[in-house]
Amino acid sequence: MELNSNEPTGPIEKRWDKHRFDMKLVNPANKRKFSVIMVGTGLAGGAAAASMGELGYHVKAFCYQDSARRAHSIAAQGGINAAKNYQNDGDSVFRLFYDTVKGGDFRSRESNVYRLAQMSVNIIDQCTAQGVPFAREYGGLLANRSFGGAQVSRTFYARGQTGQQLLLGAYQALARQVKAGTVDLNTRTEMLDVIIIDGVARGIVTRDMVTGAIESHLADCVVLATGGYGNVFFLSTNAKGCNTTATWRAHRNGAAFANPCYTQIHPTCIPVAGDYQSKLTLMSESLRNDGRVWVPKNAEDVTKDPGTIAESDRDYYLERRYPAFGNLVPRDIASRAAKHSCDDGLGVGPEVGGQRRGVYLDFEDAISRLGQKAIAERYGNLFEMYERITGDNPYKTPMRIYPASHYTMGGLWVDYNLMTTVPGLFAGGEANFSDHGANRLGASALMQGLSDGYFVLPYTVGNYLARTGHEEISDDHQEVRAAVERVETRMKKLLDAPNPSRTPDSFHRELGQLVWDNCGMSRNAANLEKAIERIPELREEFWDTIMVPGSGDDMNQTLEKAGRVADFLELGELMCRDALNRDESCGAHFREEHQTEDGEAKRNDEDFTYAAAWEYTGDLSAPKLHKEHLSFEYVQPSQRSYK
Amino acid sequence: MSTIDLKLHIWRQKGPSDEGRYVEYAVPGVSVHMSFLEMLDVLNEGLLEKGEEAVTFDHDCREGICGACSMVINGVPHGPQKLTTTCQLHMRQFENGPFELWVEPFRATAFPVEKDLMVDRTAFDRIIESGGYVSIRTGSATDANETPIRKQDSDLAMDAAACIGCAACVAACPNASASLFTAAKISHLALLPQGQPERYDRVRKMVAQMDAEGFGGCTNHEECEAACPKGISVSNIARMNRDMLRAMLTAEDTVNVPGGE
Repeated sequence: MELNSNEPTGPIEKRWDKHRFDMKLVNPANKRKFSVIMVGTGLAGGAAAASMGELGYHVKAFCYQDSARRAHSIAAQGGINAAKNYQNDGDSVFRLFYDTVKGGDFRSRESNVYRLAQMSVNIIDQCTAQGVPFAREYGGLLANRSFGGAQVSRTFYARGQTGQQLLLGAYQALARQVKAGTVDLNTRTEMLDVIIIDGVARGIVTRDMVTGAIESHLADCVVLATGGYGNVFFLSTNAKGCNTTATWRAHRNGAAFANPCYTQIHPTCIPVAGDYQSKLTLMSESLRNDGRVWVPKNAEDVTKDPGTIAESDRDYYLERRYPAFGNLVPRDIASRAAKHSCDDGLGVGPEVGGQRRGVYLDFEDAISRLGQKAIAERYGNLFEMYERITGDNPYKTPMRIYPASHYTMGGLWVDYNLMTTVPGLFAGGEANFSDHGANRLGASALMQGLSDGYFVLPYTVGNYLARTGHEEISDDHQEVRAAVERVETRMKKLLDAPNPSRTPDSFHRELGQLVWDNCGMSRNAANLEKAIERIPELREEFWDTIMVPGSGDDMNQTLEKAGRVADFLELGELMCRDALNRDESCGAHFREEHQTEDGEAKRNDEDFTYAAAWEYTGDLSAPKLHKEHLSFEYVQPSQRSYK
Repeated sequence: MSTIDLKLHIWRQKGPSDEGRYVEYAVPGVSVHMSFLEMLDVLNEGLLEKGEEAVTFDHDCREGICGACSMVINGVPHGPQKLTTTCQLHMRQFENGPFELWVEPFRATAFPVEKDLMVDRTAFDRIIESGGYVSIRTGSATDANETPIRKQDSDLAMDAAACIGCAACVAACPNASASLFTAAKISHLALLPQGQPERYDRVRKMVAQMDAEGFGGCTNHEECEAACPKGISVSNIARMNRDMLRAMLTAEDTVNVPGGE
């Protein structure tokens, strides 16, 4: 396997233009002869399917939800970055690029990040033209806010539901193409394997989740925009259905999986309330603009009503340790600091599994400074959501928050064209590893999804099709039949385990806890080795005892779950192996062995300035590492400091 | 921790052609801090451990935004708490009863039951496909700040755009009308300058599709607004009706293409 980033050379601001000019174009009359499979209909997949349909390609789109509008991009609250500099506060494409490379802790590819920053301005134009109701000022122009520690106000937003509004824009554009007949949309359809013919991705195998039918679909290329793998932890802010199956099946068919250990833990989520907890709810990071984070200074105060704890007995630990950034330090720093406080016995809220895992996020000062009305205007819907879930009123008592798995920077390795190591197999959005390095900045996920979907994939996929040409494949091809058989065999194995006695969720919870404890916010070699030993055993138990009542011939949500957990059980091990291999701390990957005197992440640029791309060898416990060395011409690696 | 003991009557239906029936389940010791769906998870884990099939229901984000969850609890879509989807409904709402609950799918002719509590809502997608968009090509947009929009108009458009497409409005309506859903999208786009060029064409097409899907008509019960987890106002239906009236009074645009058909 060879990793060739295929990035253009020359001045960085000209690279994408140059690359586009060098592309081969498909004659307009020929476009309809080409078909493209698009898996996932979130921001990346929905936008790409709509845009490619519009260009005249024949698109076959797939999603597991009942409607394309429900992909999990919908849940993003905070906003989307763009280097518009509408606020006249010194922003520019270069600054957004610089911030993103630095935020990724110098583990991303400069050319990709620069392109992302360039595209950001087009995204806002595109979405506004679609009718996305971004927040506006009284003068009628677009409003911005500062977000996630950025020193400029470059974040566009639509109340607390930016993700939904952007997704509806893409979904509506997609609906228009469905009506026009350029896109065949298959909902409640899950992709379960990739079909590779002569080394090239030519199709997928799916299961119709309503009828249970296993089917093959063929095309000239396949694009995966199937999101991240944060649900490996069982508890995460992802939707319950989010899974790694599409990306993992691609990996097992030859696509390298890059940096799986880069997982972002979001600092502001509602804490776990009990053993029955099924997911964690994110509270927008924008809350940290006005909320102050604290824990009691004394362990005996942790069960007290917070209102009765004197100011002098509170530790505003972020403001104390990071005076320049205070409560707005990057996500990984805020998360680890919360974990340390709770590990030190200063956590608040209910005790679950022997520990109180929560810190206060307090709005008292902001309310007395700005008034309850102003705070309600900014965060009203978030406060309501918090109250619905916890029963506490955050206008009166501080919120309790705790970090939760939120986003995965790792994903399928892709080149500058967003193509994986399998020719004809592309990956966009969170499913790829490309733009965020070791950590993602707030309000950058929506930007990347839409950049890939609207502005990158339609070009790079077109270029691929123009260069490879069209060749018919029959449903009867032996590789097609083999892929369908693989899926059918696996379904049967899930339904007929030798000693059925454990549910998919029970395995998922056990795996999730194992990965959270050993490959979560804080990692060390001993723990990772322990997890690497345990996960294969758990996998064995799974295939021996998995219990899936019902049949594969109709709607069976337990069967769907079991298949996804089986893939998480494989990915979880690779995550730990990657985390063990990366013997440094960087971004969201914190190895306890490598920290500064102040407990900050300490990179090792000499040995680890590379993207780790893992190849599946047929043995899950012996993946092969390939390194893409990263070079920094425009942003010189420096130690992050948020003091 | 306070807990409650529940008796549930859950609609079980094997598929679209099965008749369906309520099946009784006891769920003891439910923590009031659980969400309604977590309570169903607990029920399902228990069923699986006995080797029985779990209750099928739609759910995904579990944070009130994807619009997947779709069940009627004691006659009310999404249950008793105002402005709350089923996934965000917490059991503390039932701390003082009722402890006996009937749970059934969203019912409408246009939404066939797929299994148990899961229905087919693709009719909503087809309504959007008929015209619920602005026809602009990727890459053809002008600068986003070129067209200022009054904040009041933008806010009203946002109010309408907040619809999550869950279909509680249809389930709540005695006529199973989809007027609130359709009107929300029509209003969202009609209130913005970007939506003007296709405004009357859009309302014509979307209303026609809504009717073709077999939804009932609106007779102003306003149950939809009461059930809507996002508080979408029925004034959007009035706006849709005004636009529809105007569309009906004006001739459909015909384009003369020289040399064309």
